[in-house]
Amino acid sequence: MLWQLDLAILTLVVIAAVGSLMVKDLLGAAILFGAYSFMMCLLWTIMGAVDVAFTEASVGAGVSTVFFVAAVFRTTRRTKD
Amino acid sequence: MTDFAQLVVAKYNYWIYITLMMIGLYAIISKNNLVKKILGMNIFQTAIILFYVSIGAKKGATIPILEHGHGPAHGAGSHVVHAADYMNPLPHVLMLTAIVVGVATLGVALALALKVYRHYHTLEEDEILAQIRKK
Amino acid sequence: MKFLGLVIAFITGVFLVYAAVDFPDWADPESPASTHVSPHFIEKTMEETSVPNIVTAVLADYRTFDTMFEATVIFSAAVVCFFVLRTFLKKEEREERLYRHVLTGVTIRVKEGGRIPPSDDFERIDDSWIPHDLIIKTICRLMVPFIQIFALYVVAHGHHSPGGGFQGGVILGASVIVLAMSHDLRTTLQRMREKVVGILCAVGVLLYAGTGALCLLLGMNFLDYSALAPILGVGPVTARSHGILIVEIGVAIAVMTAMVWIYNNVSSRGNYNEGL
Repeated sequence: MLWQLDLAILTLVVIAAVGSLMVKDLLGAAILFGAYSFMMCLLWTIMGAVDVAFTEASVGAGVSTVFFVAAVFRTTRRTKD
Repeated sequence: MTDFAQLVVAKYNYWIYITLMMIGLYAIISKNNLVKKILGMNIFQTAIILFYVSIGAKKGATIPILEHGHGPAHGAGSHVVHAADYMNPLPHVLMLTAIVVGVATLGVALALALKVYRHYHTLEEDEILAQIRKK
Repeated sequence: MKFLGLVIAFITGVFLVYAAVDFPDWADPESPASTHVSPHFIEKTMEETSVPNIVTAVLADYRTFDTMFEATVIFSAAVVCFFVLRTFLKKEEREERLYRHVLTGVTIRVKEGGRIPPSDDFERIDDSWIPHDLIIKTICRLMVPFIQIFALYVVAHGHHSPGGGFQGGVILGASVIVLAMSHDLRTTLQRMREKVVGILCAVGVLLYAGTGALCLLLGMNFLDYSALAPILGVGPVTARSHGILIVEIGVAIAVMTAMVWIYNNVSSRGNYNEGL
């Protein structure tokens, strides 16, 4: 568990989380959420939790992003906020 | 003063987990769009799961799958297992449940957001409140 | 409102930081989370259940009540999605449909009551005119059997490698969703009808609870798998390993059909006419 790698991936996680909440396009927010999930999966692999990382990779970066994109497709894509 | 600096540096990961949780909480409270609120809820959930799994880590331990699994004899006494060699499996088990329940909750939340859009034709919270007040 | 949210988040953050000062150092082997029950789990799993993956053994044997209610929660979430969104308006199918001639790209609009001669040259398209993409369709259709075999491998090898019921079930559901996204929703609805999806979801949860009830009927506690030893003809330790496998198969079936059901309802907004 090198602390340099840990710190780098944690910084990327915070940037992805803040980015997905500030973008004005909902499709971009959904894709950034997929990137955030994938960085979480890498963090758990570093910590040794392989089952949790496997589940988050298939559920978070897979199915959850697809649900978001399907919901954005059926409603609007722009937001003022 | 060096004691305080030592405290900050030794526990740096807890501060970042708390930052992530507060980003999620701020998004749930003050964003106007419904989909952004649901995104904030998911960020909060994953940050809590990250914090919980990090409790189970151990220095110099390996993943919680026993080596010499299929040895010559499956009975007791073939290999002695030390608990300090393996990671703590209990937080992993509980968080496995939490992740899958999280995706089920996401499905229900998106279904409700779709139903709100079908009725009011907008997803911004202030416009929905204005339409409700006009009726 | 935004300033109020910022103030609330800041105050909660300060409280959490104040509580985190007392936490144990990171990765400490003597921390309280690792000293009471978990050494028993790590040291005794091989003798009592003969399953090398400790996480699967704890999930499906030592803490099996949590997993049963989690499967029930997933099933009820899919049922709630169905109740909130599904509409059964039959007359929307009689509106005008759009067909495309594959070789030349010409699009035809057929009004209500008209018909097209059934042949392979015409394909039906949705309201949003996506161009006919041969590469995506062929590659996704070729990939689906390999994804499904890998998912079955993940379910069956949950004892010896990271994996288990949940991960395999989600990957199986993702294989159906890949087919629905590259072709259109009607292709998957022909292969897996709505009634089959709903019934299979209930069968998965019933398999889990039924195993527990079977152990109860044979005289031991609810979900105590060593009661299955006389039926399967092996010793009590191996019977627990087989009980874990049966329960994981039930969970995989329930999770796969729940994912497919939620995707069908969300991406077609309730009427199963056109998807993503």
